[in-house]
Amino acid sequence: MNNPPTALQDQFVEMPQQKEAATLGMWTFLATEVLFFGAMFMSYITYRTAYPRAFALASHHTILLFGTINTAILLTSSLTMALAVQAAKESNSRWLFRFLVATVLFGVAFLGVKGLEYHQDIADHLWPGPHFKSGLPPEAQIFWVLYWIMTGVHALHVTVGIVLLSIMALMARRQKFSGAYYTPVENSGLYWHFVDVIWIFLYPLLYLIHRYAA
Amino acid sequence: MNTTVESSEIFVPAREPKTYLTEGRTLKSWLLTTDHKRIGLLYLYSLLVYFTIAAIAAALMRLELITPAGDMVTSETYNKLFTIHGTLMVWFFLIPSIPAVLGNFVIPMMIGARDVAFPRLNLLSWYIFNIGGSLALYSVLFGGVDTGWTFYTPYSSTYANSHVIAMAAGIFIAGFGTILTGLNFIITIHKLRAPGMTWFRMPLFLWSMYSTSVIMVLATPVLAMTLALMSIERIWGVGVFDPKLGGDPVLFQHLFWFYSHPAVYIMILPGMGVVSELITCFSRKQIFGYHFVAFASVAIAVLGFLVWGHHMFVAGESIYAGIVFSFLSYMVSVPSAIKVFNWTMTLYRGSISFETPMLYALGFIGLFTVGGLTGLFLAAVGLDVHVTDTYFVVAHFHYIMVGGMVTAFMGGLHYWWPKITGRMYPEKLGQLAALIMYIGFNLTFFPQFILGYLGMPRRYHAYAPEFQIYNVMSSAGASILGVGYLLPLIYFIWSLKHGKKAPANPWNATGLEWQTTSPPPKHNFKETPVVTGPPYQYSAEETEIALHKPAKEQRAAS
Amino acid sequence: MKTANAPKKMYIRIWIALLALLALTWGLSEVDLGPFNNVAALGISAAKTLLVVLFFMHVRYEPKLTWIFVSAGLIWLLIMVDLTMSDYVTRGNVRPTGQSWRHTGQIDPATPATRSPD
Repeated sequence: MNNPPTALQDQFVEMPQQKEAATLGMWTFLATEVLFFGAMFMSYITYRTAYPRAFALASHHTILLFGTINTAILLTSSLTMALAVQAAKESNSRWLFRFLVATVLFGVAFLGVKGLEYHQDIADHLWPGPHFKSGLPPEAQIFWVLYWIMTGVHALHVTVGIVLLSIMALMARRQKFSGAYYTPVENSGLYWHFVDVIWIFLYPLLYLIHRYAA
Repeated sequence: MNTTVESSEIFVPAREPKTYLTEGRTLKSWLLTTDHKRIGLLYLYSLLVYFTIAAIAAALMRLELITPAGDMVTSETYNKLFTIHGTLMVWFFLIPSIPAVLGNFVIPMMIGARDVAFPRLNLLSWYIFNIGGSLALYSVLFGGVDTGWTFYTPYSSTYANSHVIAMAAGIFIAGFGTILTGLNFIITIHKLRAPGMTWFRMPLFLWSMYSTSVIMVLATPVLAMTLALMSIERIWGVGVFDPKLGGDPVLFQHLFWFYSHPAVYIMILPGMGVVSELITCFSRKQIFGYHFVAFASVAIAVLGFLVWGHHMFVAGESIYAGIVFSFLSYMVSVPSAIKVFNWTMTLYRGSISFETPMLYALGFIGLFTVGGLTGLFLAAVGLDVHVTDTYFVVAHFHYIMVGGMVTAFMGGLHYWWPKITGRMYPEKLGQLAALIMYIGFNLTFFPQFILGYLGMPRRYHAYAPEFQIYNVMSSAGASILGVGYLLPLIYFIWSLKHGKKAPANPWNATGLEWQTTSPPPKHNFKETPVVTGPPYQYSAEETEIALHKPAKEQRAAS
Repeated sequence: MKTANAPKKMYIRIWIALLALLALTWGLSEVDLGPFNNVAALGISAAKTLLVVLFFMHVRYEPKLTWIFVSAGLIWLLIMVDLTMSDYVTRGNVRPTGQSWRHTGQIDPATPATRSPD
């Protein structure tokens, strides 16, 4: 059952203009996020170039299984997100809701695995500081500082995404979206895919340095 | 520029028509407004607070510097004074000033729109800005920060004993306000232009604001993360800048200046945009080389991202990188120079009048040129080695920031004051204040070029006795400059009640914002205007008359 | 509608490709390819990103303006990386010898002077 589309906001002349503005706005925000994560990637590139061996040694202590599973989880969540947007386009509120919930559940699963992984990392003394795991060169701590910060900031973004998509799911349940108006779903999807893309780069950089030598 | 907006009512309404100021007079209607014009004013009030505190810090510094001995405050306190002055002026005054006040107010009107693309986001920006500002004020009031506005590691991350994190957090948060404002302006200019307003029919203020917004959006996130990385190192004792672990403190400087150099273009581009509006209006002439000025704005925004290493010539970056950044720094001066040439050529054979906004615009051109040229001195690595971290640098950036940006802000404020408030400021006092500001400014900062060249370091409160004469001149100038800023504060407030009521277009300017009442109604225009020609169509006929008649006579005739 | 299921089928195919690339990137990291390990890892990440951006995020069907916005963040990040690394990879390449050119007798500035100054 379609609801009438959301009222055209005052400052816009017609709905397509409003939609294009919203989409471009979200892409602009994603560009800021690229630069936000970019500062961390810059630090990573600097030190990996300077200390390749220490970084390789340090990264061998990441838990490859968890990292790989999490990558698969996020890639699948991107699928369900794309399917959710497609359902919205087809005015299929029921499947929109289901796919949104699936995406949220995958996101929660990602965080769950990450939580287990963090727990294990700490047990392995991989928290930088005076009690850091012995036997590794000092520069390995830089790797691990970056690991915690990069995955931590990423996990924060996943959490925000979960909240955002949960709100979308609730609105979908209340039939707020239809083929004529599903812009918030689409733009939330853009955000979620972006979070996936960041992880697509984090995975090899953190987990796959010279695994053959591990 | 032709519009289809009706210019007069057929009958006079029984009472004053509602303006954006009178639609809703409660505090709640202001604090929950989504009207871009009110949000611009909200920013103006906030900025006054931060500016005042930063100005007091400067006054205390200049008082201390009257004598060579460091006898008024301790070194630690002096460090806090220049840090507070720098952080508050940069992030809580200069960066928001023209964009958040004049940009918010004028941009939608200039493009013929009813508001910005995301009005609620606009209000959120203001709240985010002030939440950040509150944290900054907390750090100021509860002991201050002493790292310098540049927060260099390892001092900031390891050794400083001041409220670094509170200030860094305040800047981090306020930065998101900036990002959202920039995002809003970009989408607004892309999507909300009135019918007929193509990109090349936009007034140049919009080109400048668009370029500024691109910088805001791309540079500020890097600052946010950099301050976060520094804070993490400070809190947890380990980080990516720590040499004990193989880290490099200079990486902090790379990341910091990647933002902070483009940030200075965030600060100056809007000023340049205002100047383009003022010069054309008060020389009654089409801008010389519209396309060049428009593309120069974009070029400044792009090239501005390529030069940050010129802040690090002596910090330890490689000589090769120094050469590259030096070359690129020379390149970035070219579009700015193009603008100065074009403004000058606009003045040539124009019908120039010297109303207050024009005085500020002319002041801008002169002072910005001096600041810009001395920037070229600094771009030369060999010369920079001698003057870096001296008062030469301080003078250079104050010529640009104060002589350029603040002057342009004052010019814009005077120019659009009638539109914003519906009142005229007192013209003679305005001209007097501009003159006082100009004299005070030069007396304050020109001696600093000499001081720097002679070797006085910056951020020192004790100095060699032979520098005293210049320091005394500088401090004397600062008090005059203060009067130059205090006067407008007083007469602007006075004008709200007692100023002459302003007509819709007191300057006979082109531009859509002048096609509606002063102050405007809440939705800016009764009907959406339609644009049929380029901006600055100060008519050929008018310009011709100007060549043969003195300006005053010509104005009386129009 | 004939094409009603077309997007869904395409999405599933993209997803399978993504998982295949995941397996590939993991597999290649277990093999010593020398410098090509890095190239492979980044290349595969870039390929995955292109699939997500072009298809899941619909950029393939968006107007040129959107493409510009999408690329802007990446281009600016590359600017940061490029110029910063130009410092780090050239550190120590050109070292001032601290001596007048008449005294060093050294042509290659990267090699420390072995003669002490007069």
